[in-house]
Amino acid sequence: MRSRGLLGIILAASVYAGANDSMLIRNATVHPVSGPKQENVSVLVVDGKIAEVGAKVAAKGKIKVVDGKGLHVYPGMIDSGSPVGMSEISSVRETTDTGELGDFNPQLRALIAVNPESEHIPVVRANGITSVMVLPGSMGGRGAGGGSIISGQVSMIHLDGWTWEEMEIRRDAALQLVWPAIASRGRGASDDDLPPALAARRVTFAQAKRNQEEDVRKLKEFVEEARRYQKAKAGKETGLKPDLKYEAMLPVLEGKRPIMVLASREREIREAVEWAERERLKIVLANVREPGKMTEELAKKKIPVILGSPFTTPIDDDAAYDEPFTLAAELNKAGVKIAFASFGTQFARNLPYEAGQSVAFGLPYDEALKSVTLNAAEIWGVADQYGSIEPGKWADLVVTDGDLLEVKTNVKMMFIKGAPVDLESKHTKLYKKYLARP
Amino acid sequence: MRTILLGLLTLAALSAQNTVVIQNGIIHTVTKGTITGSVVIVNGKITEVGEKVMTPAGAKIVDASGKHVIPGIIDCHTHIAVDAINEGSVSVSSMVGVDDVVNNERMDIYRALAGGVTTANVLHGSANAIGGRNVVLKMRWGKDADGLVFKEAKPGLKMALGENPKRQGMQTTGFGAQAGQQNLRYPGTRMGVEDVIREAFTNAKEYQKEWKDYEAKKAKGEMALPPRRDLQLETLVEVLEGKRLVHAHCYRADEILMLLRVSQEFGFKIATLQHVLEGYKVAKEIAAAGVGASTFSDWWSYKVEAYDAIPYNAAVLQKKGVLVSLNSDDAGGAELMRRLNTEAGKIMKYGGMTEDEALAMITINPAKQLGIDQLVGSIEAGKQADLVIYDKDPLSIFSKVEKVFIDGQQYFDRDGDMSARPRKEAEKKGLLEKEKETDRRNAPQTRRPS
Repeated sequence: MRSRGLLGIILAASVYAGANDSMLIRNATVHPVSGPKQENVSVLVVDGKIAEVGAKVAAKGKIKVVDGKGLHVYPGMIDSGSPVGMSEISSVRETTDTGELGDFNPQLRALIAVNPESEHIPVVRANGITSVMVLPGSMGGRGAGGGSIISGQVSMIHLDGWTWEEMEIRRDAALQLVWPAIASRGRGASDDDLPPALAARRVTFAQAKRNQEEDVRKLKEFVEEARRYQKAKAGKETGLKPDLKYEAMLPVLEGKRPIMVLASREREIREAVEWAERERLKIVLANVREPGKMTEELAKKKIPVILGSPFTTPIDDDAAYDEPFTLAAELNKAGVKIAFASFGTQFARNLPYEAGQSVAFGLPYDEALKSVTLNAAEIWGVADQYGSIEPGKWADLVVTDGDLLEVKTNVKMMFIKGAPVDLESKHTKLYKKYLARP
Repeated sequence: MRTILLGLLTLAALSAQNTVVIQNGIIHTVTKGTITGSVVIVNGKITEVGEKVMTPAGAKIVDASGKHVIPGIIDCHTHIAVDAINEGSVSVSSMVGVDDVVNNERMDIYRALAGGVTTANVLHGSANAIGGRNVVLKMRWGKDADGLVFKEAKPGLKMALGENPKRQGMQTTGFGAQAGQQNLRYPGTRMGVEDVIREAFTNAKEYQKEWKDYEAKKAKGEMALPPRRDLQLETLVEVLEGKRLVHAHCYRADEILMLLRVSQEFGFKIATLQHVLEGYKVAKEIAAAGVGASTFSDWWSYKVEAYDAIPYNAAVLQKKGVLVSLNSDDAGGAELMRRLNTEAGKIMKYGGMTEDEALAMITINPAKQLGIDQLVGSIEAGKQADLVIYDKDPLSIFSKVEKVFIDGQQYFDRDGDMSARPRKEAEKKGLLEKEKETDRRNAPQTRRPS
């Protein structure tokens, strides 16, 4: 996957010796994210890690030197939720490994279903995304194609590696839970637009509410059982047989592993937060769409929020037209820590523009940049190694010819753990091939 | 003398009333470069564009200092403003049209407008090889259904190739499987899709001939009975005679080539290939046929026929001489419509288009494809005053729409929208209270058993 010769081609004239994972990017505009941008500085990378950032950094020994004149250096972006690598063609079930059968699957691990050869991986990283939280469950709802209440372990991966093992950052970064929602119909489409199978599944509000209450009851029961298992295990009860589902719940119950709860509207958010508080779980909310009065509470309780793409229309007809665009700004203003996720494969490469669009509608620029880098690293507990350009962190770097969050900007180079990454993809190859068609 | 004077006075009064001057903006005319200057609008039409213009007395002044003005965005493929988009029960449905079911109360109209869209080509869905009639609308939010219609636009017809029209003929997947074996609809393959189109146009040619023969006899004064009127074929005859534009949904290179050849065989022209995600593979053939392409910026992999889609498609097509526009295909909302400006921005990244080329893909190019480029699509004197004011570079992700004018009238104003929100919120609250009160009053009275 890593094109070891790529940088050699780019830097034919520069000194090329020493460790492949060491280099110096010279005279660039560096956006550390953890601090203000610095113009005309250099970044020294030694053995894959950032060693120094500053105006007077010199290459130590014979390492490769990258001329950063006119270029910008950013930390690699983190997509906080996507099935990239696990789903190839979304409408073809055979190519998709998210959304297992059954309501409670905490034992499932997303990482092992990541296909390093997926065509999506080079496409996504070519836009500056170096790591992804891969999701075992389908997004929201429990519609066609299955989907659980507890979907499994979310894994954090690097978008580079020959095997899923090499791609791993953290295989059990979080547990995914889809909070049961009151859903009487698919959103957006009118009745006539619904395919017959979906239309037949429509239920009355009263029935939808009963379904939701039943699902929440089942969830609480499952967690109670897991608690009993936890107690029995701690007490070394005789005759206790190992149970993979409950075993997988232990780090979550102990508050060591965050639980990523997908909840869109105020009501579900409130229920989820109250439940997590009672259970003393470390909760991260995701796919929040209408937090309403819960916004202040999320800030007060320091519960971070993973936002889905703002590229959507408001849920309700009478909502402000720009509601999805202003959501990030409103949460940030209230003091909620936010990060963005693509929650899909097709548009995962547009992650930087989700943040950019939010800037147009009030999110301070620095916060937007953090929401796709450092905030995500902090929320997922890897900020000691990722998310900003600081000495000691892994050199996941993106070199661009302009603002990272702007649609017109091109990614010129990328490094994961200091090693150059190929920016070619199925798309660039087909482009070159057919542009050259006589 | 008195009459003339009176006439002049009336004229002056009128022009003062209906004159708007957008001043000191960065004006992207699209066809005549970008200038810092003003646009004069009289009675809904642009009368002057320039660095210095004559400001008629009494004109309404819109200060656009530091802001960007572009022509209203034209979306060449949407399904907004209608409640049902597919008549999928038959493979040829040219007798129906979305023009009959425009719903002016759909919120997607306002949302599209707020995203700078002033004109939209509303198409029938893609469930059948030959779909229904289209309608071109202007986003005149607040007008009735008739008031939305872009009257001068040429009528059109939707066609569809590939997976969508095949779906109802497939026994194992899609709607076909749900319908049950006995309800499977021909065709179920790309071969069948071609056959359906060839058969329909064969019949249309026959029908056209019947009418020609009848008209000829009538002209000679001979006794003749008119042929039985066939609404399905009538639409197709209009296509054959160039009175109706064809907008054809397609993905793969093979099916694109098929349609080009079939249309050449029958002697009709395709106005636009819609989606056309593998258009880059047969760009040469599309260019040679003089057919337009209306595509997405970066959609891919949502279905098998979109797996070879690349974000460079628009750029390759354009470089090989095809007229290209970007569309949203929005249905049940106006999600992508309201961001077509940044979709155009992406085309600068994927394939290196210039700013003007990118802007053209959402303004003058779709106007040409819909046959309305004499009226809209650029900022030029004589054209209808459909204009959008952005706070920043319109192709940047950091910009947003501030004002939208259609026919010189302001239909969207961001400040106005924002300041109306508390009032609307109060109004909503009041209505909900009223509803609750009515429910209480109408609740059945429970009586004590006596």
